[in-house]
Amino acid sequence: MNAMTERFIQVVLLVVIVGGWQLGVTAGVIDVFFFPAPVDIFNQVISWVADASFYSHVAITLTETVLGYLVGTALGVAAGVWLGLSRSAARILDPFIKGLNAIPRVVLAPIFVLWLGLGLWSKVALAVTLVFFVTFFNAMQGVREVNPVVLSNARILGARRSDLLRHVYFPAAASWILSSLRTSVGFAVVGAIIGEYLGSSAGLGYLIAQAEGNFDAVGVFAGILILAIFVLIIDSVLDLAEKRLIKWRPSASERPA
Amino acid sequence: MAVVKTAPPTDNPHQAKSMVSLDSVTMAFGAYVAVQDVNLKVSDGEFLAIVGPTGCGKSTILNAIAGLLKPASGTVSIDGQPVRGIQNDIGYLFQQDALLPWKTAIENVELGPMFKGVGAAERREQSMRWLAKVGLKGFEHRYPHQLSGGQRKRVQMAQALITGPKVILMDEPFSALDIHTRHLMQNELLRLWQEERRAVVMITHDLEEAIALGDRVVVLAAGPRSRVIDSFPVDLERPRDVAEIKLDPRFMDLYRNIWSSLRGEVEKSYERHD
Repeated sequence: MNAMTERFIQVVLLVVIVGGWQLGVTAGVIDVFFFPAPVDIFNQVISWVADASFYSHVAITLTETVLGYLVGTALGVAAGVWLGLSRSAARILDPFIKGLNAIPRVVLAPIFVLWLGLGLWSKVALAVTLVFFVTFFNAMQGVREVNPVVLSNARILGARRSDLLRHVYFPAAASWILSSLRTSVGFAVVGAIIGEYLGSSAGLGYLIAQAEGNFDAVGVFAGILILAIFVLIIDSVLDLAEKRLIKWRPSASERPA
Repeated sequence: MAVVKTAPPTDNPHQAKSMVSLDSVTMAFGAYVAVQDVNLKVSDGEFLAIVGPTGCGKSTILNAIAGLLKPASGTVSIDGQPVRGIQNDIGYLFQQDALLPWKTAIENVELGPMFKGVGAAERREQSMRWLAKVGLKGFEHRYPHQLSGGQRKRVQMAQALITGPKVILMDEPFSALDIHTRHLMQNELLRLWQEERRAVVMITHDLEEAIALGDRVVVLAAGPRSRVIDSFPVDLERPRDVAEIKLDPRFMDLYRNIWSSLRGEVEKSYERHD
C-alpha cells in the first residue's frame, strides 16, 4: 500500500469518527453533558489559541516539563553512574531505591505542595521524581554494560579515572539515556500536568482542572486535545534531537559493511 | 620446569637489550592454574610469536605483561622495571573491537596523546599523520560503525602505536578478519614495525602467521598449568611478504618442526575439552 492511500485512509477514519460523533450529538443520541460536540470543542480550542493569556499557561507547563526533565536527568545520571561503578553501594541502597520507586508519584503531589507551595517548583519536583528513576536505571545499565575490552584499552592508553568517566562511562550512559529520551520526557509532562491538576494557579493542567470544576466538559475535552498536540510537538522536536545526538550509532538502514 | 633456549646470537644490535622479561610467572584464577612457571625474555626490537592450543592461557600472559592481571607468583618486568598495575608505555592490539564507538576514527587515535597531556593541535596533527600512515586518509571523521572490519583494525593499530610504546602486545589481532584482509594487515603491520622496531609479543593460534611475522616462535603446552615447551628462532630475512614467504622451503621446514612440537599439545587439548 503506498503512502498516499494510507494518508487517505487516515483522513477517512478521522472524518468518520469525528463526523459520527458530531452527527450523534445533533441527532440527540449523545448527551453533550458527557460528550460535547466536536464543533464546540474545536471552537473552544480556537478561542484559547487566539487568546494571548493562553500562551502563558503553555509557557508555564513547558517550563515545568523542561526543568523537571533536566533536574531529573542530571540527578539520575549522577546516581546511576555512581551506583553503576560501585557494586557495594548499589547493593546497600537497592532496597531503598526499590521502595522509593514503588511509591505512586501522585500521592507525593500534596506533600510537594506543602513543602514548595502552589507555584512552579512543586510541579518540577513531581516531574523530577518520575524522570529520575527512568534515567537512573538507564545510566546504571549503561555503565555496567561498558565493554570490558574497550575499558582495558582506554586504561592502557593512559586514561585516569576522571578520563574514564568523561570519555567512557558518561558517553555509555548517555547513549542509554538518549534511547529512553521519549519515555522520560513523557514522564516529565505527566508530572507537570498532574501537579498542576492537583493544585496550581496556572498551566494546562490548571485549565483542565478549572473546566472540570465548572462541569464544563467542553473545556476538559479542549484541554485534553491541546495536551495531545503539546506532547506531539515535543515528540517531533525530540525526534530531531535524537538523530543529531546519536549519529555515531548505526541506524537500522545503514549497517556496517 | 621448562628451560627456554637462549635467544639467537646478538649480532643484531636490536636484540642487545631485554625489553620484556617474565621470571617463573604463574597465573591462577582461584584454584585454576592457567599457566605455571613461565620464563620468557623478549629483546628490544624482537618480534616474538607465541603459539599454543586453544585455552592454554596465551592471553593471560599478555594481560600479565600489560598489568591487567597480576601474576600469582613470579615477576614481570618491562625495560628492567617490574610491572605493577596497568602499563602505559605499551601498545595493546586486541582481538575484539576496542575502539570507542562514540568517537570518530581520529578522536579514537587521539586518545593516547590526549590522556598523556599532549596539546590539542599537536595531537590532531599526529593523529592525521598516523591515520594516513595506516592508509585511512579521508576516513578521519567516520565513526567505527561506518568503517569495515579491516579499517577498524587499522584505526586500532594507529591508536596503539601513536604513543610510541616500548612494547607492542597483540592478542590474535587479525583472527576475526577474512584471509585476504588478514594478509594485507599482516604486511601492513610488518611495514610499520620495520620503520621503527620495537619489542613485540604476539599471541596467535595460527602457526603460519607466527612464522611469517615472528623472529622467534614459542610453543605453549596445553592448559591448565600451561608452560613454555619449545622455542624456535625464525631465520628468514626481512622485509618479508606474508603471502609469498609461505612458499619458501625454509618456511616449510620451520612449519614442520614447530608443528611436530605443537601437534601433541593440540591433541591433548582436544582430549581435555571434547
